[in-house]
Amino acid sequence: MIWIVKNLWLIPALPLLAAGIIAVNKQPARKLAAGLAIGSMALGFLLSLCAFAATLGQHGEGAFRETFSFNWIQFGGQWMSIGWVLDPLTAIMLVMVTFVGMLIFIFSVGYMAHDKNFMRFFNFLALFASGMLGVVIANNLLLLFVSWEIVGLTSYLLIGFWYHKASAAAAAKKAFITTRIGDLGLLLGMVWLYAQTGTLNFYTPEHTGCLEASALAGMVSKTIFGGMMVSTAIGLLIFLGAVGKSGQVPLHVWLPDAMEGPTPVSALIHAATMVAAGVFLVARVYPLMAAGAAPVEHGAPITTALTVVTWVGAITAIFAASIAVAQNDIKRILAYSTVSQLGYMMMGLGVGGVAVGMFHLITHAFFKALLFLGSGSVIHGCHEEQDVRKMGGLKKYMPITFVVYAIGMLALAGFPLFFSGFWSKDEILHHASLWSVSKIPFYLGCTGALFTAFYMTRQMGLVFFGSYRGHEKSAHGHSSHSSESHSHDPHESPAVMTVPLIILAGFAILLGVIGTPAWPWFDAYLNGELAELQIKFSNLAESAGLMGASALIVLTGITVGWMLYGKRQRKTAAEKDVLEAAQPAIFKLLENKYFIDEIYEATVIRFNAFAAWLCDFADKWVFGGAVLLVKYFTIGSSWLYRLTDENVVNGGFDAACGSIRGSGGILSKLHSGRVQTYLRIIGVALVALIIFLIWGRKA
Amino acid sequence: MNHWLTILTLVPFIGGIIIAGLGAERKILVRGVALVTSLIGLGGAICLWLNFNAKSGDLQFVEKFDWVPTLGIQYFLGVDGLGALMVLLTAIVTPLAILASWNVEDRPHVFHALVLWLQAGLFGTFTALNFFHWFLFWELGLIPAFFLIKLWGGPKRSPAATQFFIYTMVGSVALLLSFLALRLATGSFDFIELAGMAKSGVLTTKLQAAFGWKNIGLIVFFGAFLGFAVKVPVIPFHTWLPAAYSEAPSPVTMLLTGVMSKMGVYGFLRILLPIFPDQIRQVLTPLLWLAVATIVLSACAAFAQKDLKRMLAYSSINHLGYCLLAMFAAVSMATGVKDAALQKAAALDGCLLQMFNHGLTASALFLFMALIEKRSGGLRGLEDFGGLRKVVPVFTGLMGIALFSSLGLPGLNGFVGEFLIFKGVFPLAPWAAAISTIGILVTAIFLLTLIQRVFCGPLNECWAKFPDLTTGERLLVLPSIALMFILGIWPQFILGAVDATMMKLVQQLTF
Repeated sequence: MIWIVKNLWLIPALPLLAAGIIAVNKQPARKLAAGLAIGSMALGFLLSLCAFAATLGQHGEGAFRETFSFNWIQFGGQWMSIGWVLDPLTAIMLVMVTFVGMLIFIFSVGYMAHDKNFMRFFNFLALFASGMLGVVIANNLLLLFVSWEIVGLTSYLLIGFWYHKASAAAAAKKAFITTRIGDLGLLLGMVWLYAQTGTLNFYTPEHTGCLEASALAGMVSKTIFGGMMVSTAIGLLIFLGAVGKSGQVPLHVWLPDAMEGPTPVSALIHAATMVAAGVFLVARVYPLMAAGAAPVEHGAPITTALTVVTWVGAITAIFAASIAVAQNDIKRILAYSTVSQLGYMMMGLGVGGVAVGMFHLITHAFFKALLFLGSGSVIHGCHEEQDVRKMGGLKKYMPITFVVYAIGMLALAGFPLFFSGFWSKDEILHHASLWSVSKIPFYLGCTGALFTAFYMTRQMGLVFFGSYRGHEKSAHGHSSHSSESHSHDPHESPAVMTVPLIILAGFAILLGVIGTPAWPWFDAYLNGELAELQIKFSNLAESAGLMGASALIVLTGITVGWMLYGKRQRKTAAEKDVLEAAQPAIFKLLENKYFIDEIYEATVIRFNAFAAWLCDFADKWVFGGAVLLVKYFTIGSSWLYRLTDENVVNGGFDAACGSIRGSGGILSKLHSGRVQTYLRIIGVALVALIIFLIWGRKA
Repeated sequence: MNHWLTILTLVPFIGGIIIAGLGAERKILVRGVALVTSLIGLGGAICLWLNFNAKSGDLQFVEKFDWVPTLGIQYFLGVDGLGALMVLLTAIVTPLAILASWNVEDRPHVFHALVLWLQAGLFGTFTALNFFHWFLFWELGLIPAFFLIKLWGGPKRSPAATQFFIYTMVGSVALLLSFLALRLATGSFDFIELAGMAKSGVLTTKLQAAFGWKNIGLIVFFGAFLGFAVKVPVIPFHTWLPAAYSEAPSPVTMLLTGVMSKMGVYGFLRILLPIFPDQIRQVLTPLLWLAVATIVLSACAAFAQKDLKRMLAYSSINHLGYCLLAMFAAVSMATGVKDAALQKAAALDGCLLQMFNHGLTASALFLFMALIEKRSGGLRGLEDFGGLRKVVPVFTGLMGIALFSSLGLPGLNGFVGEFLIFKGVFPLAPWAAAISTIGILVTAIFLLTLIQRVFCGPLNECWAKFPDLTTGERLLVLPSIALMFILGIWPQFILGAVDATMMKLVQQLTF
């Protein structure tokens, strides 16, 4: 076993150690905290590169895969082992997470410089990185789940980082609970998988892992109600976890609210890494999802589970993209864009397999991190303003941010040929067009791409072009703290923030190279094949038609966006949106996110509150009422007894013997409803009973 | 023959007598003696744990003497993994409760004496193996608890204490009658002997022969069931609990929820499961539904509470509901289930882990409640606070850890037990397991609501001077918090010691 496999645990352990040291350090040691966190990520990045190098160069004999496991707990006399795995999927994620993470950490030093909880911020960030890297390397669904929940916890903590804001506290809670709904599916899927296969290790050297052929065959051969294969049912339950984490419809509601957290958090957790963990999970258990598929000639296998994944992804993609069109908060636009892009990834997994979905995951991580950090730079420059209507003309004030943001925007919109997003999205659409089940996801994807290009152009136009509209706000109230310490004009951010942006921008362009139809290195790498540069006209002609169409879609979107928001600038911040003026009803629907939150409020949350009330009521009046009933029955019967005693029994003797009346009174006192008296009687009766049972039987 | 278990039980008992004799005036001495006694108990329990042979599921440290031979009464003590674990838990929680009640000014000698007697009762219950003196200890635990609630509790303490006592008493009487019936039929009070008869099927026939009635087994079972169901509690026998937990002073609630609630589960594992497997199987489906109802209803009811202690009290019911689920599922016939013995062992191991973890976490939470009440002058409503995190960051952080442990966050102690329970129960009773997950979700909802309302949001200005934890208080909560992390990462520490015992129990249940 090569050393890197054995020591892969170091990669998540380093940030964990950093988090631990920061947590117990009492002195305000900002530099130490930031240094430790960034250092641990840098070291992790180097180790990840080693791991990545190890996975290269095994072409032709299937993908590189080595595992390491150790015994963790014991039950029923058997050990349960957990461990980690190094394969291309792990390696590529490791490199991405550590690298993007490191850049975002560096950016945060600048962004959070004035926050008094700077150390706690880096503590949580490092803890997050540790959990996320744990998800990536886990070779065991339980270990993955543990890391997955730790990631969820840090997401909760970081969304609610500014806990004194009621909205942040509410958003944090919403995020944790919504994702936990999905996690329950994952938990059930996990225990079911465990019961079926007897192991939760994905791969083992003996090929007995739960994702390997023999285990899968066992699950495919069994069916539950409706003829559904057990493997499908388990796959769908696990997918439910991914739906929660990756903000897929209908559990997407938490992700836009999560923007209450500091912007680097949005970039790292709610754009580049954690939300992509759901996609990664599906990619990880892909063999399970694809189990039992009829053999296909070419293209991805088709199973019920993968069909569901495709549909959920496609619907999410178009759904969120349309909402993004009508949002005014710079981070919310990006948040809905993230939801939509995650939908594309899911769709890619469904129609094209692991490589297709993962390629978009990787490119998206870079350009979306870039966009979020760019928006952070914008927000920072505009004195914590997030409303795009109050920005404008920032091109002049923030040139570096403008250029890198433009690159990110073009990558996300999928501008042809030069940007990574084009290649990864094109590959998804390409596979969707070949999908034999239905063509609708393909059309949804194309429409979504049109929306994407449109809303990003709208954002660019509103933020960077025209003239600055932020001064107006001083006319109607100002957020008090920024007015004195800053000048009113926006300003460019310091180098500690712009340098990471520039690096990310470079990757947003370059990464496309590894996944072009001419040189599908990425696909080949994940599948353990040798990628050859194949400039054949047959190949190109096959893709060229679609590429042309998709380029056309993107250009249309950008042009329309530019016509509406770039060329023709709004004059004031209060002015109505162009679309709003044209189509008020539709705009209102989109602006209010199809009223999904309101619908949940009226149904799920109300139902929950009702259930709580009902249980409380039942507790007080049904169960408690039964107790009361018994109580009053006891008291009542003793009163009755007493009355009978006094009036009937005693009454007969009254004339004859007055003294008995006295004893009747004493007897009645015994039935006074007083607990202690009863207990005394019970005690005496018990003793009598024991004596009777023992002696009576002997006799 | 050794006498370690007897000595262990006698230590707090004698300590209590000494303290009661010291009088109310010598407060420092009283508290000191109480603490030292409980620490000796802790030391003894740790020695017991270390010298316990975990490889074997057999009874160890056995003491067995004839006491009243004609009546089948023996003095019979011993612990297996289950007993040792419960003794350890009791020994850990008691000193914490004593430290938490350091500031009791009203008759401290009586208070601490009662706490120690309660501990003695618990030690005795967890080590006794003959019904006769087991029952004495079982009741001995009840009486100090009653007085602790009645004399030192909140404004509505009197009805709460009475309700607690009557409820438990009714359960105890039912239990006693059941055992008298068993004694009459078999001539034995010995748990181990009775379990042996149950396994061979003699028990039911003997009961039927003695009473001449086919269904007598079920009746006897229900009597015993009632005794334990009240203690755990199982819905609908739980209405005493929220009142008792919230009216009792928080340190006493630590003992009630931390250890006394485990008496019920212990009773199930030690007595009900081995002696009445036949009867449990006859009514298995209703019992599983009771467990599910306990889990789901109590979680929902907790969500509706406005008093923090009541909320945590319902949460306590919810957590023990998982133990019930595991135990009932483990009795099922499990026909056609792959590796049924392994699944049952997983469920039961999970149950034990859950018992210990809940004892640890719930007592820590009520300890935090004690600290909150001390600062707020008794206020403890969900809406009474707000934004406290700003003024008490350390308090928030540590209580947050305990809350997340209670919520079952992986990496902390609560998770592994729940995972093992679900892992084991799912193949045995899939629907029960699936519905029970609702409990996990609702638990997350109300605990996060607690954090949100109490610690987050804008600071409620009247608490601007709310003091953070002092060094002493930090040290007080530290052991629990440390154990939460240790058991979250290294649960084998407990699993290794109880697994053999639970495998033996599974064998006992398989016939």
